Amino acid sequence: MDASGDAPILEAKDLTRKFGDFTAVDHLTLSVSNGEIFGLIGPNGAGKTTSIKMLTTLLPITSGSATIAGHDVQKEPAAVRHSIGYVPQLISADAQVTGYENLWVFARLYAIPREERERRIEEALDFMGLAEVQNLLVKNYSGGMIRRLEIAQALMHRPHILFLDEPTVGLDPLARDAVWEQIERLRSRYGTSIVMTTHYLEEAERLCQRVGVLHRGRLVGLGTPAALKAGLGRADATLEDVFAQFAGEGESISGGYREAGRTRRVAVRLE
Amino acid sequence: MSPSVSSELARGRPTPPGRLSEWVGQAGAIVGLEARKLAHDPSELLFRAVQPALWLVIFGGVFSQIHVIPTGAYSYLQFLTPGILAQSVLFIAIFYGIASIRERELGIITKFLVSPTPRVILVGARGLSASMRGLSQALIVVLLALALGVGLNFSPLALLGVVVAVVLGSALFSTLSMIIASIVKTQERFLGIGQLLTMPLFFASSAIYPLSLMPSWLRPVALANPLTYLVDALRTLMLPGEIGQFPLYVDFGVLFGVTVLLTVIESKLYPRMAQ
Repeated sequence: MDASGDAPILEAKDLTRKFGDFTAVDHLTLSVSNGEIFGLIGPNGAGKTTSIKMLTTLLPITSGSATIAGHDVQKEPAAVRHSIGYVPQLISADAQVTGYENLWVFARLYAIPREERERRIEEALDFMGLAEVQNLLVKNYSGGMIRRLEIAQALMHRPHILFLDEPTVGLDPLARDAVWEQIERLRSRYGTSIVMTTHYLEEAERLCQRVGVLHRGRLVGLGTPAALKAGLGRADATLEDVFAQFAGEGESISGGYREAGRTRRVAVRLE
Repeated sequence: MSPSVSSELARGRPTPPGRLSEWVGQAGAIVGLEARKLAHDPSELLFRAVQPALWLVIFGGVFSQIHVIPTGAYSYLQFLTPGILAQSVLFIAIFYGIASIRERELGIITKFLVSPTPRVILVGARGLSASMRGLSQALIVVLLALALGVGLNFSPLALLGVVVAVVLGSALFSTLSMIIASIVKTQERFLGIGQLLTMPLFFASSAIYPLSLMPSWLRPVALANPLTYLVDALRTLMLPGEIGQFPLYVDFGVLFGVTVLLTVIESKLYPRMAQ
């Protein structure tokens, strides 16, 4: 499971997912290098979550291939699961138990050795600034605290790469800043590579070394935020302009009722 | 990444899966999580005590008076008590899948599924978790029976057998419930099907009357109903003397075999909850 050196931590080649006749992700090819924060941006229904679900072994791949930390996602799903952490867009912490108990369960599911377990849990709580509330039931947490707890759950086993699906959706600006800060510290302290999806361009600009623009399942732009902006040939271009350029102006019709409902429900619960 | 950090990473990362102790630890985590949930909010367990109390006190009380159900050397309440325990196990387990649906609507299931826990461990441990609710019902039914003066067999071996039977029965029906949840995926449809299933399973079993009393078309249905074997095992174990229709190894064999089969089926279906 050697991920050191210059080999990319993630490589996807022609990754494709179809649902019936609908192609949700269309020949996605990209690589993420060790220690990089990579952003996938695009409107709702562009294929961001579907891409992440394929890379995290949750969704079968229709065609193409992907490797993470040298392991083939389709052939070695168990090894891939040991190498990754995933924070889904929807709430994934359990509200009925405490913050500590949420971490305890995942420390055991990831088979962190008993003698190491307490130390890892404590470290994750400290790192995410949750030590003081660890014995409160999560239903009493704020939205920002829940997000930080979920990230803590996903990093206790020291993944090579962390997938964050819309990490700050539904958070107020202060809580969002706190989560951004933790993501940056996560990379500087542990060297964890991060793949995040977002449709907040400010977020991509602040955190990501490179971004990929997804539109209707296809990767239509790829580069550093600066290079993408420079490519537009206007001095004052923003990432919004890049987005509009690649994704078109019109509102996306995909996503639909269920997607909208879920996103809003997350926002409400995170209040 | 500095050398010290990467060596720390390498040291801290568990070896690839495949070890039995790892699986036991993972199953223990799932069961432990459920235990902590129940400890934080035991109200459901208390509400669940009402229904078996009604059945034993009112239904049992009335039918004991009129002597229409032939139960041999046993009083009707004696005959009924194991049946009501089996019924409570069924009723509490058959809605267990609602938890899967809630966890799917949030993102909790995806987080379980990206962990390196084998699917069959995730599902099997959920089935075992459900048995904690079933066991709490067993305690309540036994206490009620004691209060009503029902003569039961309290030998340690029999009690151990009751615990095993309740664990198996809970795992069986909760896994069936999770299968339904994995197929229908929404709460509304799930509740409809749950309601639809419970009464036929209950009435087409020997819970409240012996098989011999059933019309001939119903008997094969009862024989194909796993609840019949749970009732039979509990009746054999809880009552003094020989009353069971089948030997205990048949009862336990059926319960265990069906539970394993359902667990294997659900471990194929469960990952679809995250797609």
